[in-house]
Amino acid sequence: MAYRFSSKEVTEVLDMLLFQNLDIRAVTLSVNIAQASSHDIRVTSSRIEEILKKHVSKFSSVVDEVSEKYGVKIVTKRLSLTPISFLLEPLCYEKNVEESKKNALEIAKLIDRIAVENKIDFVGGYAAFVHKDETHGDVALIESIPEVLSSTNTINSVVNVASTETGINMNAVKKMARKIKETSELTKNGIGCTRLVVTANAPEDNPFMPGSYHGVGESEASINVAMSGPGVIENAIRNLRDDVDFRTLHDTVKRAAFKVARLGELIGKKVAESLGVSFGAVDISLAPSPKVGDSIAGILEAMGLESTGTHGTILALAILTDAVKKGGAMAVSHVGGLSGAFIPVSEDALMMEAFRRGSMSIEELHALSAVCNTGVDMLPIPGDTSAETIAGIIADEMALAITLDKSLGVRVIPVPGKKAGDEVEFGGLLGKSVVAEVKRFSNEKLINKKGTVPPFVERLKKG
Amino acid sequence: MNSEEDLAVVTVFGADKPGIVAGITGVLATYNVNIVDISETVLRGLFTMIMIVDLKTSNVQLSFLKEKLEEKAKELNVTISLNHISVFKYMQRV
Repeated sequence: MAYRFSSKEVTEVLDMLLFQNLDIRAVTLSVNIAQASSHDIRVTSSRIEEILKKHVSKFSSVVDEVSEKYGVKIVTKRLSLTPISFLLEPLCYEKNVEESKKNALEIAKLIDRIAVENKIDFVGGYAAFVHKDETHGDVALIESIPEVLSSTNTINSVVNVASTETGINMNAVKKMARKIKETSELTKNGIGCTRLVVTANAPEDNPFMPGSYHGVGESEASINVAMSGPGVIENAIRNLRDDVDFRTLHDTVKRAAFKVARLGELIGKKVAESLGVSFGAVDISLAPSPKVGDSIAGILEAMGLESTGTHGTILALAILTDAVKKGGAMAVSHVGGLSGAFIPVSEDALMMEAFRRGSMSIEELHALSAVCNTGVDMLPIPGDTSAETIAGIIADEMALAITLDKSLGVRVIPVPGKKAGDEVEFGGLLGKSVVAEVKRFSNEKLINKKGTVPPFVERLKKG
Repeated sequence: MNSEEDLAVVTVFGADKPGIVAGITGVLATYNVNIVDISETVLRGLFTMIMIVDLKTSNVQLSFLKEKLEEKAKELNVTISLNHISVFKYMQRV
């Protein structure tokens, strides 16, 4: 009978849940708020409030009930909304920038208040798409980012500045580099930048933070789940003998990833059923947390590297992401997100150690982008890093993304007053890290050229 | 035939000593929870008792039962875990 499990099967699952940090990193309710759009900020605000209250009033308690029933820890509750730049279009059309910013800030603060009142940890959707050029709504949103991130606690912002189809909007890259600097200066330790990502090839819809928004082709509301689970994979690898062959290593990761992803599928389905909304997707990516035994670098080191970043790291991460994709794809009916492994530096205790030891560097993060879908993520950099250098970091990552035709992002945190090698603590899930070194040679003559880098030859393959 | 919706897995971990089985099953009996299957094993060197229980005959909610089991576990100086059966079905069966 289906409920017969051997003791080994039961204890394997419990070992994962209780001792290997297997949990659900986030349950995200993705909501369409496009119908709040109007020419009057008062009307837009009251409609947003009405829509959100309808959807979020039960959300937090349903997630808690599911967590308790299944005995599975759910770490955060999140909301993903229609890109706010869309809502700003009628409010900002032919208005001056100051007035437009005021509207943007008012909407952000309203959403933040509703989120806090309803015990929601993060809200995504403070998004603009400027990979070719910008509209009034985009300008208002981007200009307001530093103030929004410094005066709210839950709002996450994403700005897409490049795509395989359109190339790289270097004007937007430079603008975002300045916004990252301004956000850093307005928040303690630059923490506001932990909720700001600059991306290339943003997908139609993305329910996963910080690059999250309720996109096109979606229902009114849906539930999406993001997994944790590096500890499970690391444990499975550590239980292997050192002399196993590569196929065995790959297969072991695949099997463990299957189980991790299945748990996400179960929890997502149950939350969606209880809320009466559709079930969107499971992000099968492994995401670390600062806890011991919950690290992507830990997995790579369990495979046989002395310190992450040493020669062989790209191979190890490529094996990991491929096996996670294959195991995860079989486990869930709809895979979403970036589905591989996340390597946010400050959120991964062993990745931070690798930076401290000097085996990891920003160049290595760029290189790893070739085999995963992260980019340069949650990397503290010196507070005095110039906007041009930050623009260069973003532009390098964007160039990789449009050459490889994949989604990649940059989330760097210039930490005011800190220099390379200093330590910075962001707290909670955001972790702590050493400040990474950046190159001090000028790139200004290149970066300050105006306009858009044309799409690369990859574009032509799309017809 | 048990409806799977009413099945849960109760697991007790701790140093083996007299009274653990009696204490935990006593709580289950009080709330009319039927034990479908029971076994013992070792997890990370700890005595581990696994019970598959059926809440169909009981009139209490899973969360209430969990609270009562946790109280007893504290008294017995053991750790208890309560998970709906679907967790195991999803993770261990294709």
